[in-house]
Amino acid sequence: MIEMIDVWKTYPNGVMALNGIDVYIEKGEFVYVVGPSGAGKSTFIKCMYREEKPTQGSIIINGTNLAKVKERQIPKVRRKMGVIFQDFKLLPRLTVYENVAFALEVIEETPKVIRERVMEVLDLVKLKNKARMFPDELSGGEQQRVSIARSIVNRPPVVIADEPTGNLDPETAWEIMDIFKEINDRGTTVVMATHNKEIVNTITKRVIAIEGGRIVRDEAKGDYGYED
Amino acid sequence: MYVMRRKGITAMKIRTIKRHLVEAFKSMGRNGWMSFASISAVTVTLLLVSVFLAILLNINHIASQIEDDVQIRAYIERTEKSENYDAYQKQLENLEKVKSVKYQSKEEGLDELIESLGDEGEAFSSLKDENPLRDAFIIYTDKPQDTAAVAKEVDKLKFVNKVEYGQGTVEKLFKVTDAARNVGIVLVLGLVFTAMFLISNTIKLTIVTRRREIEIMKLVGATNGFIRWPFFIEGFALGVMGAILPIIVIAVGYQAIFDIVNQKLGTVFIELLPVTPLIPQLSLLMLLIGGVIGVWGSLTSVRKFLKI
Repeated sequence: MIEMIDVWKTYPNGVMALNGIDVYIEKGEFVYVVGPSGAGKSTFIKCMYREEKPTQGSIIINGTNLAKVKERQIPKVRRKMGVIFQDFKLLPRLTVYENVAFALEVIEETPKVIRERVMEVLDLVKLKNKARMFPDELSGGEQQRVSIARSIVNRPPVVIADEPTGNLDPETAWEIMDIFKEINDRGTTVVMATHNKEIVNTITKRVIAIEGGRIVRDEAKGDYGYED
Repeated sequence: MYVMRRKGITAMKIRTIKRHLVEAFKSMGRNGWMSFASISAVTVTLLLVSVFLAILLNINHIASQIEDDVQIRAYIERTEKSENYDAYQKQLENLEKVKSVKYQSKEEGLDELIESLGDEGEAFSSLKDENPLRDAFIIYTDKPQDTAAVAKEVDKLKFVNKVEYGQGTVEKLFKVTDAARNVGIVLVLGLVFTAMFLISNTIKLTIVTRRREIEIMKLVGATNGFIRWPFFIEGFALGVMGAILPIIVIAVGYQAIFDIVNQKLGTVFIELLPVTPLIPQLSLLMLLIGGVIGVWGSLTSVRKFLKI
């Protein structure tokens, strides 16, 4: 499903963010990526959705080697994965419905399919009744649910989340995790970078810890392992 | 690969085209003042360009009228026998850069002289019995600019007594017309680049406000082409709209000037280019330049935002 083989990433300014990462993630797995700030977590995540290209090594997702993929093939790769961010990345002038539909419009789905799928995912994140509202009329948790809905609306086999609960209060964070669990239960692979100790220690899943650009720990039913 | 590309093109559905159009015009409306500024920039540029072009084309037209009259007269030595003239004409025709050679006997030459002088010419009629002129070849060159060089070659020939081509005046005329052309071209190019710069800056500003949108489009898997289309349309529309006023101004203005010149100066040898086809051609050219400036401006500024 996701495989990284000897991945190195050195930024043009000389920062060595990843120093030989080897990892294999099975289809349907739920994986936390933890580690101190500046340890390479973000780069690890960015390489997965091909915002960054590794300096060396291969990253194979859904059978495509992202290290070798050509610039114009990137959109095809991105359509097979959902990406979720700490800051939601919603378009303020579009309604909840339109924000989610946007992901299908840009890949030129038919209006019928768009309508069906958008309502389906809005139902999943329990925002069906707020479809006509604008992002600034929603709470942070609701906004993140919209962004999750957008990420899964084209039914990607992989969802990649970069600190999805980072901006949310603890209670809301749990709601978001419920949705991730639900998505994972339906067979979607979830890779989540997080700083939330509570969550990692309570909803126990595989934990990958990155420090100094290397994987220092990889446990099947791990815990957060840091004190912050 | 080929099949995939075909599919990509046919997959550009009507719905998508509609979406791109709506997006483009929404953006223009949202950035109303910037759009207005861009259109104005194109308008001013094209106004100047069209006026310069109209002047330039007319200068060119008048200059070529004058240039076409430029000819070389090669007078033949009196001692030469007329049965050799055919051979001489062939010899001249075979010279490089010579377009045509016409023989003019001294009698014809005198007739032409008398005619061109009008009433005063009558005085020369008495010379008909004792013609002081010589037989001559009249030579036209491929390009008027070649006149001096050809004349020099002709002068070297043995049977030629003297060469006349308006020495001095011809060179001066060419200097003036060439200078006018070069200055005009430089000005037009300079103006076009200024407008391109202005448009690309305007669109850059509208893109900055849409940066987030572009980023999200890229993250959900939109192709660069898909993202680029609305900007392409927007730039094109801005450029074309900027061309409208210049076209109206030049059409009305040129017609007026043309009428005045024709009425007052109709008798003089100066003749302006006719309104049609000049104005339709200029209008098309303005639309084209406007569109190209707009598209170029928008695509250069969108390019760097696509690298996410």
